[in-house]
Formats: sequence, C-alpha cells, structure tokens
Amino acid sequence: MGWATMAGVTIREAARKRLLWTALVVAVGFLVLFGLALHYQVQDFAARSTIPFLRYQIVSAMLMIGLYVVDLLAVLMTILTSVETISGEIASGTIQAIAIKPVPRWQLLCGKWVGSAVMVLAFVALTFGGTIVVAWWMGGVVPEHPLQGGLLVSLECLLALAVTFAAGTWFSTLTNGVLVLGLFGLAFMGGWLEQMSGFTESARLVTIGIVTSLIMPSEALWRRAVFEMQTPLAGALPFSPFATVSIPSATMIGYAVCYLLVALGVAVWHFHARDL
Amino acid sequence: MTDRQAPAIRAEDLRKEYGRKVAVRRLSLSVPVGTIFGFLGPNGAGKSTSIKMLLDLVRPTSGRATVLGAPAGDVETRRRIGFLPEHFRFYDWLTPPELLRLHGRLCGMSAVRLRERVPALLDLVGLTPHRDKRLWEFSKGMMQRAGLAQALVHEPDLVFLDEPTSGLDPMGRRLVRDIIRAERDRGATVFLNSHLLSEVEVTCDQVAFIRDGEIVASRDLRDDGSGRVGVVARVRNLSAHALAGLGAWTSDAALEGDELRFSVPSAIVLPDVLRHLVGAGADVSSFAPQRTSLEELFVRIVGEDRGL
Ligand SMILES: Nc1ncnc2c1ncn2[C@@H]1O[C@H](COP(=O)(O)OP(=O)(O)OP(=O)(O)O)[C@@H](O)[C@H]1O
Ligand SMILES: [Mg+2]
Repeated sequence: MGWATMAGVTIREAARKRLLWTALVVAVGFLVLFGLALHYQVQDFAARSTIPFLRYQIVSAMLMIGLYVVDLLAVLMTILTSVETISGEIASGTIQAIAIKPVPRWQLLCGKWVGSAVMVLAFVALTFGGTIVVAWWMGGVVPEHPLQGGLLVSLECLLALAVTFAAGTWFSTLTNGVLVLGLFGLAFMGGWLEQMSGFTESARLVTIGIVTSLIMPSEALWRRAVFEMQTPLAGALPFSPFATVSIPSATMIGYAVCYLLVALGVAVWHFHARDL
Repeated sequence: MTDRQAPAIRAEDLRKEYGRKVAVRRLSLSVPVGTIFGFLGPNGAGKSTSIKMLLDLVRPTSGRATVLGAPAGDVETRRRIGFLPEHFRFYDWLTPPELLRLHGRLCGMSAVRLRERVPALLDLVGLTPHRDKRLWEFSKGMMQRAGLAQALVHEPDLVFLDEPTSGLDPMGRRLVRDIIRAERDRGATVFLNSHLLSEVEVTCDQVAFIRDGEIVASRDLRDDGSGRVGVVARVRNLSAHALAGLGAWTSDAALEGDELRFSVPSAIVLPDVLRHLVGAGADVSSFAPQRTSLEELFVRIVGEDRGL
C-alpha cells in the first residue's frame, strides 16, 4: 500500500536526520529532571516531617506541572517537526517524482500524516506516561484518570498535526509555522482568559474563551484533561492552568475531533487540487 | 508501431494560466508509441509546464490530454510512466539503492524484482562505486544520474525526461543518449525536453518547437530519404543540355559561375542526379546536400533571442 510506504518513509527520514534520537534525549532529560525534583522534595518531606495529606497535595501539584510542561512540549514538538513536511517537499520539488507514482495523492498525504502521528504518539506516551510513572514511583501519587488525560493530550497533538498539514498545503514552511503557532497561542490566551473569568465573574471573558476554543480547541482539550486527572483540592485553586473553573464540555471534545477530521480533509482536498 | 495503435501521448488544446501569466497557450500534440520525441524551445517557453500537465502534476486551465490511452493522471496508468524532473531533487538522506527501492516500491514492484533490477540499474548509470553514499553527498551530475535511474527503475512504457543532461559531463551525456536509445529499442516512448540541439538531433525521431506556450513547428528527423533537400555543387564544363536535363528531378536548378544550386523532393534521387551530371561530361568537384541543422532551424523558427 502506498500510504504505508509513505508512513515508513516519514519515520525513516526522522530517524536518518537524528530527529528521533534528539527527541528521545529531550524526553529522557525531562524525566530525569522531573524525577530529581521529586526526589529532593520527598527528602524534604522526611526532614520536615510534613503531614501525609499535604505531601500528597504537593506531589500532585508537581505532577500536574510536569504534565502541563509535557503537554506544551509535545504540541510544540509536533508543530516544529511537521511544519516542513508538506510545504518543504513542494518547495524543494522532491514531491514531483513521488506524486507521479501510481499512488493517489490522498494516500501520499495521509501516509505522511500517519507516520508523523505514530512518532508524536510515541513521544506523548514516553513523556506523559514517564511523568506519571516517575510521580507514582517517587511520590506515590497517581492522577485520577491518567488514560483519559493521556488520550486528550494525544488528541491535542494530532489536532496540531492535522492543522499544520492543512496549512502546509497552502503556505511556505515559515508562514505555516507562524500561522499554526499563532493559532495555538490564541487558544492558549483564550484559555487563560476563560480561567480568569471564573475569578472575576465576567461573562464576556467566558464568551471570549469559548470563541477562541471554537477557533482552536487545543487548550480546551488540555483543560478537560486537567479536569479528568486532578485531585479535588488542586481543582479548588482558583487561578492556575490546573484550575477547573470552566470545564470544557464533552461537546467540546467532540468538536475537537470533528475539527481534526475537517483539517485533515481540507489538507487532502487541497493537496489533491493544487499544482505541485 | 502501427497506425492502428493509439498515440502514447495526445494533447488537445492544453492551456495553463498562472494568474494572468499564460505559461502554455494552446498545446496540441501527438506522440506515437515507440518514438523519441524532442520538445524544444527557449527558456520560459512552457516546456516544463507542458510535461507537468501531461503528468497531472499541474492541472491545466483548459484542454485535455490522454497518456498511454488514459486521461492524464490516471492512477493505474502511472505505473507505466517514468519521470526525471527538471529540478531533480529526491530524498537526500537515502543512498542510491534505497532511493531506487523506494521508487520501485511506490510503482508496485516486488522485492524480488527490485533485488536484481537495482544493482543492474546502478551499474547502468555508473553509480555502483557510490552506492553507499547518501544522496546529500552527491554532486549535481551524480544526482541527475540517480534521478535517471529512478525514472527507469520500473521499466516504464513512457519516460518523461526534463533536461536530463543539464548537469552531466560529456561521458554522462553520451550515457544518457545511449540509455534513451536503449529505451526506445525496448519499445518505450521517450519525451525529452532539452536545450542541447546537437544531442536532440542525434537522438530524437521527432521534434516540436514551442514558443510562448504554443507549438510553432514540428519536424520528423528520421526521414533521411524524403523531404526536400537542397544541393550545392561545384561543377565545370556543364553543357546547357545537361543543365536542362536536370529538369527530370528539379525545377529550380541555377548555375552561377561554377556553383550549381538546386533542390530535389527527396534525397533518394541524388545518386541519379550525380550520375546524370558525370555522364553528361561535367567535372563535379563537390556535391553537397544541405541538411539544415536543428540549430539553424531552431533560430529560424523560434526567432532571435529577444530577451525573456
Ligand atoms: N508556478 C508558476 N507560477 C507562475 N508562473 C510560472 C510558474 N511556473 C512557470 N511559470 C511561468 O510559465 C512560463 C513557462 O515556464 P516553464 O517552466 O514551463 O518554461 P520552460 O520552457 O521549461 O523553461 P526552461 O527552458 O527555462 O526550463 C514561464 O514564463 C514561467 O515564468
Ligand atoms: Mg523547464
């Protein structure tokens, strides 16, 4: 199958360009740092004989911070590594000898998407799963619904991937990067504004938050992941990325899935229609 | 090659506009199966755009094209088509054998067939000594050789080569010439874009000239026997009677001093003309059929360079 060949090529390219190794080093470095921080924290607990309830809450908060960084890192890595995949091949002309092969164009694009998705999911599994394992191992804390959380973060990355691919069929690499990062930055901002609305009780901020979530539902996915995973007390902290003042609904998740599929559809359609 | 056979390529009024720029105005052509077709024209004439339309890389604004009997771009038919792009860029993190295997696989070739085909092809294009290098280490000409091998890996029935010799040394050019001929002998059709007229002249069966996105002339280069040929001869002691006798073959014989000029409908009659002159007692010191070189033809048809 043509798409499977293209998926394999995409992964092989990442391996040849040492992208896989670099990402692995980053992931391991991150986990080591996180583990070290937890280790010292736990030592301090012992020295100060902190009460177990407080210990649990502090480690939980550290875990959520770790997962938040994992989420940001994974999304940025996804955008960064895929921003050139389509536009770069069109600009350099390498796509020409490929696109005349007896493989429909939608398979070329989807194959590349699948190859990138496999790598992104592996990265999320390693960093997200690793963070949770480290927190459990060193601090004895397990989040509420780690699987749901992981799936939502994965969905966020796949969303980033689909949007980057779609924009890549229109724009040059640099423009694509600016556009997609801008979109995700917008969603980030909107998420914070919505959190703030719970604090200031401003209905208009809520509206802004919802509208930005509709424009780009990435941050809503993260906030839903937080809601799924966190312990009750952390959720009560009013003003943090981990606060669950305004919880994105299940409908919002459905919207994000549709958004992903539409972005992928648009990418396929435009890649099919355009001159190469 | 029979007349009953559909042409390998048929284009009808293909047109491509990029915004307000017309890249190809009205391209109509027909390339018979088994020919080497040369596509000539100045820079920016629309040669590459034409090839890309025939390959469905670029979607025509209007017009139709059939390639190997199917509409241009038909997925199954693409199995029988090879292409060396003008800017031959391939995944440069591959080695040449990996490149060929990838392209072969995309063409649906089996691993078994690739195992024998890849080394043979690398040998053919002279890349066997560099088989373990990554393409990013390759020079332009080496890359072009890899590209040529890529275009031929699945033994296509139709090969498009967009300036296949632009980066090659003289040995490489000769190699390409031999490969193209071998492809034709195998029964394949070759569509060749080139600026190198002397090469086109010795390789191609047919040529078409394109200017400003339109075919302005085409020539069959194989017909050595047919087609009008002009002759310039140096002749002394040519009697009026003998001159009049040339009327059997030509109507435009003209003698100026001892330079005789005339033209005949076909080169086949030239020995007879020469025998007639000698038989009539004329001293013929030179007898030169004038074949217009492709370069003259190019300049005449396409016009002097008026700048792009
Ligand atoms: N993507 C594009 N966008 C806009 N104009 C284009 C594009 N591609 C080609 N053109 C224009 O179309 C015309 C034909 O270009 P094309 O590349 O087909 O020429 P060519 O005959 O192959 O020239 P060369 O001998 O230099 O390779 C040129 O004037 C070029 O500027
Ligand atoms: Mg060209």
